[in-house]
Order: sequence, then C-alpha cells, then structure tokens
Amino acid sequence: MSEKGRVIVVTSGKGGVGKTTTSASIAAGLALKGKKTIAIDFDVGLRNLDLIFGCESRVIFDFIQAIKGECTLHQAIIRLNIKDTDGRTTEGKLFMIPASQTRDKTHLDLVEVGAIIEKLREEYDYIICDSPAGCEDGALIAMHYADEAVVVVNPEISSIRDSDRIIGHLDTNTVLGKAGVKMPQNLLITRYNAVDEKDMIPMEEIQNTLRVGIIGVIPESKEVIASSNVGLPVITKQNNPVGQAYADVVERILGNDVPLRFLANNKKGFFRKLFGG
Amino acid sequence: MAGFFDFFKSSKKDSTASVARDRLQVIVAHERNANNQPDWMPKMQQELLEVVKKYVNIGNDELKIEVHNEDDMSVLEISVDCPLEEK
Repeated sequence: MSEKGRVIVVTSGKGGVGKTTTSASIAAGLALKGKKTIAIDFDVGLRNLDLIFGCESRVIFDFIQAIKGECTLHQAIIRLNIKDTDGRTTEGKLFMIPASQTRDKTHLDLVEVGAIIEKLREEYDYIICDSPAGCEDGALIAMHYADEAVVVVNPEISSIRDSDRIIGHLDTNTVLGKAGVKMPQNLLITRYNAVDEKDMIPMEEIQNTLRVGIIGVIPESKEVIASSNVGLPVITKQNNPVGQAYADVVERILGNDVPLRFLANNKKGFFRKLFGG
Repeated sequence: MAGFFDFFKSSKKDSTASVARDRLQVIVAHERNANNQPDWMPKMQQELLEVVKKYVNIGNDELKIEVHNEDDMSVLEISVDCPLEEK
C-alpha cells in the first residue's frame, strides 16, 4: 500500500449516545466498500465492540496484551466476515481489536498505543478508534493520533454540552492539535426524532452551537437494539433507514457528496396510523 | 385460525431479545469465571499455545485453559482441539 491508513476517532464525551454502534457501522461500511478497515475498542474494562460485531466468543487476546507484548499484534486481531441485506460481504476487509475486560484504563500508555497505530497504518486503509465515554485518559488516548474525528451527539442538552468539551480536546490535546493543525471534525447526530417535534433540538441548532460540520443524521429506530441483540452492525440492514443513513455517512467519509435523508419526523398518532394521512 | 392464536403466543423464541439473552448468559458466565482466575493464566495460556504450535498445527483459539474450583481443590483443565493428522 502506497498511502498510509487514515485514523478516525469516534468520540462523544457523554456515554450511551451511540459511539460503539457508530464505530461498528462505519468500520463495517468501509469494509463493505472494499476498504481494509480495523476497529479498535479503547474502552478498557468495559469492552462492548466485540458484542456489537458478534465476535465475543472469539476473543482470546486483547489490545492491552498486544501493547504490553504479551501476545503479538496479529494474535489480538479478529477477522470479521459480515454480510449485509444486499448480499455484500466484508470478507478479508474487516478486522477488530477487542479491549481488555480485566484490566483498567491506566494500562493504556500513549507512546505504546502510538507505536501500534503506526504499525496498523501500514496495513490498513482505515483505523477506527472507538473511544470510551468521558474526557479522561482513555478518551484522550483514543483521539490522540486521529487524522479526523466523528463526534457522536444526541439532540439533547447534556450530550451537546459534552460534545463541546470533547471538541476542545480534539483541537488541543491531539498530535494534530499540538502541531497547530485543525483536525477535521464532523458531527454525527444519532437518535434523531426520538422525541416529539416540539421537543426536538433541530440539527441546525446543534450545528450552530458546536460550529462543526455534519457528517450524518441517524434517525431513532428499534432496529439499532435489534441488531446489537444479534451481534450485527446496523449498517448491514440496508432495508432500514438507520442502515441506509450509516451507508450515507460512509459515502461522505469516502469523500462522496450525498444529501442528508431521514430528517422528517415520521411519528404518527394513533388515528393517523389507522386512517393514513 | 392459526393467525389468531399466533397473536397471543408472541414469537419469543426467535426474537432478537432471546438471542441477546443467550449471548449474555455465555459471556457473563465466562467473564465472572475469568475474573476469578489467577493473574498468570493469560500468560501461561500464551506460552502453552506457543509450545503446542511447535508440534501441532492449531489456531490461536483452539487451546482452552480453565481453572475449576471444587471444594478444597482446584483443577487446571487444558484442552486442545487438534486437526486430524494426515497419514
């Protein structure tokens, strides 16, 4: 490979907004498009990316063991073969490194992580770093080597404020930030339209508050939990708006200009459901 | 008529929630077990794996190692799935 792999951090500050769901879907989506992609779970002590990918029974070694030299890097890497509803597969293109479940975040060392990321850049087109919640060491290490960031945010006041904190860290506490280079950052609004229209903080307001571009809007859907229940990234559901919205995000990451979809609130009242309209 | 009774039966059997429950049972039991294991287990597993791989062609996930605590003693169980040898 002539060009080095691109490192994308998926971060948010607040927990439970959809970082891991997003990391898994973006990684799988890039792989479905033929890009050799690896996703790394940085949530040491509370790993979940393996569950979303449905590979929890195949975890033997983890990221910390690879960092500490207790196993080789390749031993910690799990190959994932995932199929979407259109029949496309990630065969040979999708990989992940699970977080350690038994150790804690203090085992993540900035320099050692940097060495691993450098190695991965040689072998992969994309490296997706699934950040833990919070803005302590784990989250800061996950973002440190990123070339770009996807900031996951819910249309909800505490999530938006936490995202602002994280954006501050992206600008100052990263390799790019410290070199005075503005890291490309994009908002991914998830769980859009989860509430009544009158209670929804609109996309434009979130964007104006945070002053960061939008890479996608993912509508609220039951399909997200249904997919994680069975261990499939939701992007594999190409017959569902959430899967399609994530596929659009992947297109935008690849530099293709596709319009935003699924912005309308389709929640219908009981009578409108019954009688249409 | 089947449709009428199906409505009450609810397809709990093939719901995604029941898949999640099965997966959780396995993973939670496994992790509780792992948390009670001695610190040297992962390292020993890796070293054993290296030794076995010198002689038998096995994958990284084909050597399993567990400690079972029974009353007043512990049993160290090592199992290796070997491929059939070609003659």
